[in-house]
Amino acid sequence: MPLTGNVILDLVLWTVIKFAAFVLVFVMGTATVLTWLERKYSAVIQNRIGPNRANLGAWRLGGLLHMLADPIKMLTKEDFAPDTANPWMFRLAPLVAFVPAMVVFSVIPFGPGEHMMIANTELGILFIFAIASLNVYGSVMGAWASNNKWSLMGGLRISAQMVSYEVAIGLTLCGVFMIYGSTDLQDIVVAQGATLGGVLPAWGLFTQPVAAVLYLTCAIAENKRAPFDVAEAEAELAAGYWTEYSAMGFAVLALAEFVEIVLIGCVGATLFLGGWQIPGVHGDTPVIMAAQVAAFLLKTLFVIWLQLTIRWTLPRFRYDQVMRLGWRILLPAALVNLVVTGVALTWIDRN
Amino acid sequence: MGANAAFGQAGAATAAMMAGALRDGDRMIINMGPSHPATHGTVKFVLTLDGETVEDIDIHIGYLHRGFEKMSEQGTWQQVLPYTDRLNYVSPLCNNVGYVMAVEKLMGVQITPRCSYIRMLVCEISRVTDHLTALAAGALELGGFTPFLYGVEARETLYPIVEELCGARLTTSYTRIGGLRDDLPEGYPEHVLAALDKVLSLLDKMDRLLTKNRIFYDRMIGTGQLSQQDAIAHGVTGTMLRSTGVDWDLRKHQPYLHYQELDFDVILGHQGDNYDRYLCRFEEIHQCNKMIRQILRQMPGGPVNVADWHVVLPPKAAVYNSIEGMIAHFKLTIDGHQVPPGEAYQAVEGGNGEVGFYVVSQGNGRPYKVHVRAPCFYAMGVLKQLVVGGMLADIVPTFDTLNMIGGEVDR
Repeated sequence: MPLTGNVILDLVLWTVIKFAAFVLVFVMGTATVLTWLERKYSAVIQNRIGPNRANLGAWRLGGLLHMLADPIKMLTKEDFAPDTANPWMFRLAPLVAFVPAMVVFSVIPFGPGEHMMIANTELGILFIFAIASLNVYGSVMGAWASNNKWSLMGGLRISAQMVSYEVAIGLTLCGVFMIYGSTDLQDIVVAQGATLGGVLPAWGLFTQPVAAVLYLTCAIAENKRAPFDVAEAEAELAAGYWTEYSAMGFAVLALAEFVEIVLIGCVGATLFLGGWQIPGVHGDTPVIMAAQVAAFLLKTLFVIWLQLTIRWTLPRFRYDQVMRLGWRILLPAALVNLVVTGVALTWIDRN
Repeated sequence: MGANAAFGQAGAATAAMMAGALRDGDRMIINMGPSHPATHGTVKFVLTLDGETVEDIDIHIGYLHRGFEKMSEQGTWQQVLPYTDRLNYVSPLCNNVGYVMAVEKLMGVQITPRCSYIRMLVCEISRVTDHLTALAAGALELGGFTPFLYGVEARETLYPIVEELCGARLTTSYTRIGGLRDDLPEGYPEHVLAALDKVLSLLDKMDRLLTKNRIFYDRMIGTGQLSQQDAIAHGVTGTMLRSTGVDWDLRKHQPYLHYQELDFDVILGHQGDNYDRYLCRFEEIHQCNKMIRQILRQMPGGPVNVADWHVVLPPKAAVYNSIEGMIAHFKLTIDGHQVPPGEAYQAVEGGNGEVGFYVVSQGNGRPYKVHVRAPCFYAMGVLKQLVVGGMLADIVPTFDTLNMIGGEVDR
């Protein structure tokens, strides 16, 4: 296709529209709702009422308005930075943490067909790995630039933890690529439309059950949330790497975390829950396609719900235990899974 | 060296820090507290860290010092009582009971059986609230916010029970020399039993969330290990001592009130680590439950106060209608209790161990000296042994199972 003005305009326009639709509306929307949902859901778990103060006159909407009240509060508060902080790095860090988390959504297939993903690239999950691993720089930069010993310790913990779990998560997902023979997420989802023995859908959860568990574990660790939140560990490190952040700087760091929750949900749904596939439903009528997009969103929400439940149920690991779990248990388990998958695939091929 | 000498016992890390050093070779010197989330009750640790390993710790107490012992010398014997609420403020009733028992011992007053039983009842309720706080906070320190709130909810079930008794959740001041402020309110046993049932069900939830949770287990087991020798040498008492396997409980081995008539077990651990202390507290709550039910069953009738107007204020009818009553009221209020010269030591098993009151009288109606043997104070002395060599993250659960209460340590 020659790159005429029209084609470029078409590409850019479409990308912008799709980015707005998927990332700004769905991802940011979900992340914003999560700021409320996390508090409300934890309140349900803990037998509390949860946020319910924000109101428009008589309308409280179950505290839903906190989603609006919080940004207003964060924007109007003093954005404090310590005197001794490195001013540029300190300001840059939240962005460095936030932007990669948003960019990775460009390869997620939100529905069937090439139009339902922002960038139709064969790199797929490799792109996610490449970009998501940049995330660690934001946190470490913020920790270092704060010039606070507690922040620094949190930053050191993050860097060790995230790098370690990236290795494990990479090996875990290799099994999935082997099964479906592609790194392109759309291909993987299409392949999951088949069935195993005509009954079970060929979802990653059923073809790679071990990988599914390992993925969720590693992903939560990557996102440094409980039980792997040793980097902020409020009882040990005050608030760890974001101790010195306030106002919008804090909000952006926190939002990056929520966006990553959505990302883990999206990738988990794509790789292990059949993406937009609805078992037994095939076709390309608009109604079916809409249902499939809805199915993808529901599956994403399910994985998000799992993460929230884990977050509010388990206590925190100790830093060295996190590392031991990553290197001595998850990594070998991922390797064994890889070998077993390889042997099984070869055996199936031969027969 | 100069700074070192100036700080005397305070230790090298503090001295280095005061001299402006941020590092000591490859070691990082860092302040943990006094306003750090884990150092509740206000205490400061100056840590020397090698990576995450604690090489040295200086423990600075005193942030909550209010001069309890000095204040006690200013008023009458009865006026000391409200101060005792503020010692171990998680189980104030134990302190109330301990103090009046010390004064009664000096005066030679024999309290009534009903009073004795009610005192045991409130002590055991307090012990439950104390242990619940320690358990719940322990979960919080390890990032388990949910079990923390279950524990606090259980504690909040008992606070209204305390409030019903004396009108306050925390500043109870329930006991009086020679008796109690008041008899139990109407329908009290039923309220206690209902609250206990709820506490047990919440405790069961905590149990299921924590006790066999692998993460929690790994964090607690083997950390903050205290040996029997160290525990005894440092005068550690209470759950912390028993978790090392030393069979010592004042309620059993130096029975006071009517504890010898109750059937209960002394809960012992065997290795004195955080997990043992956690389990001991858990099981002690169950023992308290057992004891409270026995106490309510065996509660005798009769008056709660001794019938001596030199010890207990006369009833209002007597004050208003008889000259003797009026004078007794007046003398007891203005002059205070006429405690004979001498000294006495009385210890009770508080939430954290042996809460002892050493009182000295010169016979002038004012305490000459009131000293408190605070169990936390002795436990803080052994903290250094428990955390040095461990990791930074282990200070947090260890400090919690030690259950330091600032009001008691600093007085």
